[in-house]
Amino acid sequence: MSAPSVLWLTVFFVVPTLLVAAISFHSAAPDGGIGKEWTLDTWRHISNPNYPAIIWRTLWISAATTFGCVLLALPCAFAIARMQKKWRAVMAGLIMLPFWTSFVVRVFAWRLLLHPEGFLKHLLLSLGLAEPNTQLLYNSGAILLVSIYSFLPFAIMPIYAAAEKFDFSLLEAARDLGAKSFLAFRKIFLPGIRRGVVSATLMVFIPSVGSYVIPDLVGGKNSELVGNKIYQRTFPDRNLPHASALSAIMAFGVLVPLGLVAWAMKRQDRNEALRLAEPNGLKQKGGAA
Amino acid sequence: MKRNAFPLIVLALVLVFLYLPIVVLTANSFNLSRFGGTWEGFTLKWYGQLLNDNQVWFAFVNSLLIATGATLASCLLGTTAALALHRWHSRLQNIHYGLIYTPLVIPEILMGISLLLTFTAVGMDCGLHTILLAHTTFCMSYVTMTVLARLQDFDDSLIEAARDLGANAWVSFIKVQLPLLLPGIISGGLLAFTLSIDDFVITFFVAGPGSSTLPLKVYSMIKHSPKLPVINCLSTVMLTLTFLLVLASRAFQNFKQPKAQNGRKNGVHA
Repeated sequence: MSAPSVLWLTVFFVVPTLLVAAISFHSAAPDGGIGKEWTLDTWRHISNPNYPAIIWRTLWISAATTFGCVLLALPCAFAIARMQKKWRAVMAGLIMLPFWTSFVVRVFAWRLLLHPEGFLKHLLLSLGLAEPNTQLLYNSGAILLVSIYSFLPFAIMPIYAAAEKFDFSLLEAARDLGAKSFLAFRKIFLPGIRRGVVSATLMVFIPSVGSYVIPDLVGGKNSELVGNKIYQRTFPDRNLPHASALSAIMAFGVLVPLGLVAWAMKRQDRNEALRLAEPNGLKQKGGAA
Repeated sequence: MKRNAFPLIVLALVLVFLYLPIVVLTANSFNLSRFGGTWEGFTLKWYGQLLNDNQVWFAFVNSLLIATGATLASCLLGTTAALALHRWHSRLQNIHYGLIYTPLVIPEILMGISLLLTFTAVGMDCGLHTILLAHTTFCMSYVTMTVLARLQDFDDSLIEAARDLGANAWVSFIKVQLPLLLPGIISGGLLAFTLSIDDFVITFFVAGPGSSTLPLKVYSMIKHSPKLPVINCLSTVMLTLTFLLVLASRAFQNFKQPKAQNGRKNGVHA
């Protein structure tokens, strides 16, 4: 019964992924296709164009997006998890609903808001927070803002899922013992929902690294990301080996954190199991702390 | 205990942040002003212009064709995958689960370029058929996950009961399991339809000349057309369509499943 789906995914997912890696070791044919012979040329010249700068920018914008999303998601998830069951479902639905809508449309909505004649510019001008010639669009700041907007639901949902299972009486206990709310939040709540935070980090970081529409529509000439470069090499330049090499780098940037996290979680599970199997495990840990 | 209001305030602000762009966009599709900085009066003239745009209708028909095809194909593939994952827990099924799961997390652009390279390598011209193949590939993962969630609540003793009463494997599947899974399959199918109709990045990479879909049309209008308010209208139409599809999908997902223990009681409700 697994045959149809496994077969389909092998043909349309596994083989294509391997092909990307393989094509980066081929030359580019003059007609825009893929050359027959194998070569290391693409990888040899990988640091010659401005790729390192673009990769670096992609990484820091993705890291900043992830940080911003997790920071906003923590209080949101906390607030939702403390609601009544009925309200929790409504809130989770409201947070996820924009995710299902067209990505291009949502980014376009921001382009409209940030437009020199747009709503936000008018608002900021009337509040005295912007100069008439302040440029809100076409820079790294705009990419960051729209990225946080687009990926925020991915951060809220896993943290909320973890917070829902959290035992909130622990927080009350900490406060009864004299901890201030923020200290209790940091020392008791955060460690309790650690896994949710880790998934949220991955769920935001991965699509940010692969971002194409956001930098294309709200970014400027000096804020190109790897996604834009892959597009440029694929279509206007028609240099498929270069596009493949960049895609391989992007895949690497995505798979390495994914693998590391999977490995760390497995290790933690094993240690936890060992600790629980040990008769004096809890006591020893208490003594060490 | 007194509760800190800070998390609730952040949540309220985040909800404003999430919906503000959508609300402003929708409001502006009825705004006489071209750039929407100020409200200059209610109008439906931009919608009129949208309705008269033949290329939009052309893209709309393409989107519907692809979404319908991709939904049917991914429902078939996704349901069989979910049934296999639910029934067996072998090493092969672990790999199978990995294959289903990975397309959900990797960036869309990687799937787009890898499929484009594959189609180029085998000498296939891009068009509606390549978009259909690509959409089926990413939609089936979502269908599988939705049906799998439904299967986790499924009471396997219902199948056993059917077998005890003399039904063979095929009959018990068709007469017992499939009808009970149907809400899950429909829910997954509606999500697949939504994702297919809204997908941009993957479509952008595997589309050929003359195979524009709605998101591609919106994108090219954003890039090249000066008619900003008409894009607002098209965007509003697409948002409304998505909201309706997602709400429908949720309704099917929450459809009650009967249980063998108290089947009669729940059966009446279902």
